Amino acid sequence: MFYIYCPHCGEHREEEEFHAKGQAHLARPLDPDNCTDHEWGEYLYMRKNPRGLHHELWIHATGCRKFFNMTRDTVSYEIKEVYKVGERPTVVAAS
Amino acid sequence: MSDIIAPTKPAAVEAAPVATVALMDQLPSADIRAESPLYHADLATVAKQGPKTGGVTLQEHKLLGHLVIRGNQDNAGFLAGARAVLGFDLPTQPLTAAEDGALSVRWIAPDEWLVIMPGKEAFELENRLRAAMSGHVAIVNVSGGQTVLELSGPDARAVLKKSTPYDVHDRNFPVGKVVTTVFAKSQAVIRRTGEQNWELVIRRSFADYLWLWLQDACAEFGLVVKD
Ligand SMILES: [Zn+2]
Repeated sequence: MFYIYCPHCGEHREEEEFHAKGQAHLARPLDPDNCTDHEWGEYLYMRKNPRGLHHELWIHATGCRKFFNMTRDTVSYEIKEVYKVGERPTVVAAS
Repeated sequence: MSDIIAPTKPAAVEAAPVATVALMDQLPSADIRAESPLYHADLATVAKQGPKTGGVTLQEHKLLGHLVIRGNQDNAGFLAGARAVLGFDLPTQPLTAAEDGALSVRWIAPDEWLVIMPGKEAFELENRLRAAMSGHVAIVNVSGGQTVLELSGPDARAVLKKSTPYDVHDRNFPVGKVVTTVFAKSQAVIRRTGEQNWELVIRRSFADYLWLWLQDACAEFGLVVKD
């Protein structure tokens, strides 16, 4: 079980209160009517599945019902940090 | 391609007036009987015929007015309007509440508050809030969608421990704190209103289930129902 810090409530809560919503920082094509099928398909379906650091979108579903981002290690399951939507992660994979 | 995009929050619109919306007083006229979600449980009769002493006391505070207020904390016209009508500031600190007499406000999220007042005052308060607030705000009367239960007594905390994964120790849950969390696999807004008093705001459609749950959870301590 995760014990997750909600940046909106300002305290840790049980994983039971949250839902994972997949990869964070997805860029929606700015002009969907005029983008290519490839671009739209990339946006809709193509997701990373990294071994190691992963930025994910989560929602505090039974709490404040707000979304936030989490950086998590998919190997150790360690939560590196949580941060609000609109903020940038400080823990990023070395490129 | 950079993998990380982080769009900034759009600035709050301050000057725009609250959009015109159709308003309706949800309270039926006096000749129509209002029924709480636990009407069928007939808590008044249970209170009369049931035990008078026990470790947990349950009381429904029924047919109150519930308003959900939403707005951006950066919008000064929103906060000032709320203060002018409520008589006190919206509790902007997470997990806190504020009250004055029968009027109480719970922090739900950074842009959402739950206001509870006597049922007959809801429509008037909603109108006054709409008149006083400016900018991008929302007020929804959810009185019919939820009800309030109060658990009290020396074993009330033990019942909470059986029902929620949230830490209800004094150290983590002092008097005055309010949390929205899992309660008996359902959801409740839990506010500690006294050393041995806990207020649960629950959903209408879960009221019967939670009433059954609470009877079962309280049985070992002795459940007293108060009308
Ligand atoms: Zn939260």
